[in-house]
Amino acid sequence: MGLKSKDLLGMKQLSAEEIMEILDTAKTMKMVVENGPKKTSHLQGKSVVTLFYENSTRTRLSFELASKYMGSTSANISASGSSVAKGESLLDTARTIDMMGTDIIVMRHPQSGAPHSIANKINASIVNAGDGMNEHPTQALLDMLTMYERFDKFEGKKIAICGDIYHSRVVRSNAIGLAKLGAKVSVYGPRTMMPIGIEKMGVTVADSVEDCVRDADAVMGLRVQLERMKSSLFPSVAEYARFYAITPEVLKLAKPDAFLMHPGPCNHGVELPTAVYDCDQSVINKQVTNGVAVRMAVLYLLMARRNNL
Amino acid sequence: MKTIIRNCKVLGSDKTELYIEDGKFAEAFDAASADEVIDVKGGTVLPGLVDMHVHFREPGYEYKETIATGSAAAARGGFTSVCTMPNTFPVCDNAAVVEGILKRAADAGLVRVYPIGAAGKNLESNELAEIGLMKEAGIVAISNDGKPIATSGFMRKVLEYSSDFDIPVLNHEEDLTISGGAMNEGEVSTSIGIRGCPTVAEDIMIARDIILSEYLDIPVHICHVSTKGGMRMIREAKARGVKVTCETCPHYFTLTDVTCENYDTNFKMHPPLREEEDRLAVIEAIKDGTVDCIVTDHAPHHQDDKDVEFSHALNGIVGLESSFALCYTYLVKPGIITMERLVELMCHNPSKILKLGRGGMNTGDDADLAVFDLDNEFTFDKNKMLTKGRNTPFDGWKLYGKTVLTIMGGKKTYEELC
Ligand SMILES: [Zn+2]
Ligand SMILES: [Zn+2]
Repeated sequence: MGLKSKDLLGMKQLSAEEIMEILDTAKTMKMVVENGPKKTSHLQGKSVVTLFYENSTRTRLSFELASKYMGSTSANISASGSSVAKGESLLDTARTIDMMGTDIIVMRHPQSGAPHSIANKINASIVNAGDGMNEHPTQALLDMLTMYERFDKFEGKKIAICGDIYHSRVVRSNAIGLAKLGAKVSVYGPRTMMPIGIEKMGVTVADSVEDCVRDADAVMGLRVQLERMKSSLFPSVAEYARFYAITPEVLKLAKPDAFLMHPGPCNHGVELPTAVYDCDQSVINKQVTNGVAVRMAVLYLLMARRNNL
Repeated sequence: MKTIIRNCKVLGSDKTELYIEDGKFAEAFDAASADEVIDVKGGTVLPGLVDMHVHFREPGYEYKETIATGSAAAARGGFTSVCTMPNTFPVCDNAAVVEGILKRAADAGLVRVYPIGAAGKNLESNELAEIGLMKEAGIVAISNDGKPIATSGFMRKVLEYSSDFDIPVLNHEEDLTISGGAMNEGEVSTSIGIRGCPTVAEDIMIARDIILSEYLDIPVHICHVSTKGGMRMIREAKARGVKVTCETCPHYFTLTDVTCENYDTNFKMHPPLREEEDRLAVIEAIKDGTVDCIVTDHAPHHQDDKDVEFSHALNGIVGLESSFALCYTYLVKPGIITMERLVELMCHNPSKILKLGRGGMNTGDDADLAVFDLDNEFTFDKNKMLTKGRNTPFDGWKLYGKTVLTIMGGKKTYEELC
C-alpha cells in the first residue's frame, strides 16, 4: 500500500494502479468528511506545510483541512510576507522548512517544474499543488473521483474539456491521468489557446465546441482569464461566449446522463452561462468535497509509503 | 424579368446569345417573351469580374468616395463583386460597421459588396477584432490593409484565431521599421531627393508570413505584391506546398518608379512603383501562375490629399475603371497570357480564395456578367470616371477593352453601347 515515489509531482509520475488506489482511498476518506467525526489518526504525529507562491483559496484550504482532519500538525507559508519576499531562493526556503522536521510540503508555484527542482534535494515529500502550466495532479484526481463516483470504469468514456487549453495545468494533468485509465479526452478552445502538439499527449482536438461535447460522458469547462484579451488570444467576452462557451444547447449534445465539471473559479457568462453552472447536470459545487477527500488520500498514501519502508 | 444578350462572343463557347431570367442565366427562350433584348455588337462576354481589394472610404471619408460612387465605378469597370478593405472611420472592426456597409451597398445596388473586417481592433496589432461576430454579419476575410500587421506574434495569433472561423487573412506586407519613404528606394529616389521605401521592406514581411503559414499550416494571402523578391519567395513556397496565395495590381506591371520623376502624386501608392526588373518579374509571375489574382487596390483620394508635396501626398490610386483594359491591353493582347487565364485572375481565383461562389455562367447561376469591346482602341479619360477620385496615372492612355455592359444578378448596372 502507498505510493511508489516519495513525492506527488504530477500524473506523469503515477501508474494506473496508483491512481486507482488514490481514488479508492478517497472514497473512504469522503465518508469521513461527510459523516464525521472529522478527526482521524492517519497523519498523527506528522507535519504538513503549505508553501504557496501563487494565490489560491480552495486548493490551499482544501489541503489544510485534509491534513487537519487526519490529525497532522500544519502550517502555512505564503510568498508574500515571508523570507521569499526578501529574495530567498526556492531551494533555500524548502531546505529551511525541511530542516524543521516537516514531513510533507504542499507547494504551488507559478513556474513549471519548480517542485521537481527541489524534490530530490530535501527529505520531505513534495505534493505539487500546481506548477505553472505543467500539472495540477490533485485537481485532476478530484475530477477523476467525481467521474469515478458516476462511472464504474474509465475505459472508453469520452471526456470533453473546453476552454483555454494552452495555459491549463488542469488539462495536462487530466489528459495524462485519464489516458492512463483508458478514457478518451477531447479538447476544444480558441486555436490561439491550443498548444502545438497536444494531440501527441493522446487527446483529440475537436473542430468546434459542439464536436468536442457531442456524446461525451463528462464535460469540463475551463476558466478563461480575461487578461488574455490583452495578449490577443481572443477579442471579447461577447465573442468568446458566442463561439466557445458551453451553452445549454451545447451541453444537450453530450450523453443524457453526462455531467458538467469546472475547476473554478468560474467566469459566469464567459465560459459558462450561469444557467449552465447551476443546471441539474452541474456537479461543480459537489466537486469541492471531493477535493478534500482526494487530498486526504494523497497525503495519507504518501505517508503510508514511508511507514512501509 | 427576361433579358436576351444578343450578338455577343462568349469565352469558351460558340454561343452568340445569352438568356437571363429572374436574375439567373437561363435556357434559350422565345425572343417575343423577353422584356429586353440587348445587342452588344460583337462584344465579348465574361463572367462578372471580382476585385478582392478595394477601398470605398465609407463610413468616414465620404468626401473621397462613397459606397454608391465606388459601386458605380466598379460596374463601369465590369466588376460585379468587390471586397472592401476595413480602413474606414470608424474602422470596420465590429459587426455594426459591417451591417452598415452592407446596408449602404444594398441601397446602391450596383455591385455585390463583400466587406473585409479588420484583423486587429482599430487596425492595430494589439487586440484581435471580433472576427467571429463579424463573419456572422457578413465579412469574407480579415485584413489590416493600410497598415501592416506589425509583429510576428500578432500575425501568428491572427492566423490561428481566424482559422477557427475558416476565414482568410489578407496581409499588406511592409516592415515599417525600414520603409517609411514616399517611393521606391533606388536610383530614382536618390536622384530626385525623395526618401525611399526599399523592396526588402515588403520582402521581409512576405517571408515572415510564408514562414508562419507553413509552420501553422494555415493559409495566408499576400496583398499587392510588387517585388521580384516577393514573387520568387511565393513561387518557391507554393512549390513546397505552402498554402500561400497572392495578388498584384495593374500598376505594378505597367509602371515603374521612373514615372515619379516629375513628383506627380498620381504615381504614389503603397507598395510603391518599383524598378523595371520588378515590373518584369511581376509579369513573369502572372504568366507562370505564381500570381493568383489581379486586384485594383482602388484607393480614391480627394484632390486636396493629392495636390500637395510628393512626400506629403496620401498613398493610392483609383483603379476600378482602368483595370480590365490595362490587363487586356498589356497582358492578353501581346500574348503574355490567354483570356481564360485573365478570367481566372480577375474572377475565378478571388472567388475561390474568399469562397464567394462567383463566376458561374451555367443555367441557374446568378447572371453576373460584363461585356467588353476588345476590337476598338479608346482613350482612357479621367473625367469620365464614376469614382469620386481623380487620382489615376492612366489618364489619356490608349487602351483596348472598354466595358460596354455590366449585369449583376440580371440587373443592368452599366451600359455604354452607343
Ligand atoms: Zn495595402
Ligand atoms: Zn489597399
